[in-house]
Amino acid sequence: MFDLYGYQEIFLEGAWLTLQVALLSLVLAVVLGLVAALAKLSHSTILTSVATVYTTIIRGIPDLILMLLIFFGGQMLINDMSYKFNEWLNEVMTGYYPDHEWVSYLPDYIDVSPYFAGIVTIGFIFGAYMAETFRGAILSVDKGQLEAATAYGMNKYKRFFRVMFPQMMRHALPGLGNNWLVLLKTTALVSIIGLQDMVKIAGDASGSTQKPFTFYLFVALVFLFYTAISTSALKWAERKYSIQTR
Amino acid sequence: MDFSIIVNEYQFYLEGLWTTTWLVALALLFGLLIALPAGILRSHENWLIKGPIWAYMYFFRGTPLLVQLFLIYYGAAQFDVLRESWLWYYFQEAWFCALLAFSLNTGAYTAEIVRGVISTMPAGEVEAAKAYGMSRWQTLRRIILPNSLRRALPAYSNEIIFMIHGSAIAGVVTIVDITGAARVVNARYYAPFEAYLAAGILYMCLTFSVIYAFKLWEKRYQHI
Repeated sequence: MFDLYGYQEIFLEGAWLTLQVALLSLVLAVVLGLVAALAKLSHSTILTSVATVYTTIIRGIPDLILMLLIFFGGQMLINDMSYKFNEWLNEVMTGYYPDHEWVSYLPDYIDVSPYFAGIVTIGFIFGAYMAETFRGAILSVDKGQLEAATAYGMNKYKRFFRVMFPQMMRHALPGLGNNWLVLLKTTALVSIIGLQDMVKIAGDASGSTQKPFTFYLFVALVFLFYTAISTSALKWAERKYSIQTR
Repeated sequence: MDFSIIVNEYQFYLEGLWTTTWLVALALLFGLLIALPAGILRSHENWLIKGPIWAYMYFFRGTPLLVQLFLIYYGAAQFDVLRESWLWYYFQEAWFCALLAFSLNTGAYTAEIVRGVISTMPAGEVEAAKAYGMSRWQTLRRIILPNSLRRALPAYSNEIIFMIHGSAIAGVVTIVDITGAARVVNARYYAPFEAYLAAGILYMCLTFSVIYAFKLWEKRYQHI
């Protein structure tokens, strides 16, 4: 149906890369979201305010700006810091040994890979959205269940992983699913920081073949395919997790 | 870190703020004009009406806004028919393509909100309107729309914020919106941290003023 002018294999790699970035950032987002949700519900004022600042700032700034900030700005910040550290250590060393020569203790130039920056940024952004989802889910678990777990002599961790987690996931699933669908579409932005995902490949391919509409439409269809699969998987999971309820 | 760059180049950011504001405002307006009929007709019995609307909403809600923008901005050039017509004058312009992509995108999402509130409309109110002898159009205008608007407000304020955030990609296709301004400043001074941080703060101000305005509006509705 689609004539991809010999770009099929590269597109397949790009599609796989998109999926990789999406899944890895999902893992990071779920972990960050759980931590932030627990921090928000904790009794410590410091933890609560750190988590609140995190979720508020992230939800106020567009994902593209955050990505550019972390990729370009973060790279500069890391290199500045490692240079300052080198400078400081060298000065200290020269103080002890006057004939000490300049040594780069930390690497002079660290290249932040777009793959890494993309995953970290997307995970970081969606961690904030997940935090809200998980907070609501944690609050909807019956308190008596936790009290019963305590009465059984379970410690904090057992209580969380055996009683709280399985039950909160049931409430979190619809929100989690929505976040995943948005996250999947956000991964298209990694093409802007130079990652060879589908969107970037479509750009390169249309430059040499003059068929931009064909290529971008193909990318759109792959995204639709991912979304369709995710939606049916989520429906299945929601049915499975609601089996003991009613 | 040297923020004097931002202070010196503030007119870029002002221009960007203005561009982002009108781009988003117009896209939301056109999106609403698409969404109201689309959302209402989405539940029509006839497949010839329901089908195309379903496909439109499915496509624009299932694909990234960036791909939609590229499809229109770069993809339009592939069609000779379009290139030779008067429409090409507009499709050449980045702002037009961005406005078109944003409007169609937010239209699809808003149509889903419209469909959602209409399908959860309390049946009793509609039946009461029928009992009063109101026509279909009167019921829609007097009962369904005012009631739905109140229930749609929280979801719609979220959609506006998504649109403000989504509009950041306009900077990628040469438009000097807030992101575009940050890109220009970064290209000139190579100060990515300062340039993008300033853009982030501007977007944050925009977002929080919208949230605040909607909170006030929702409060007014609670009194009625």
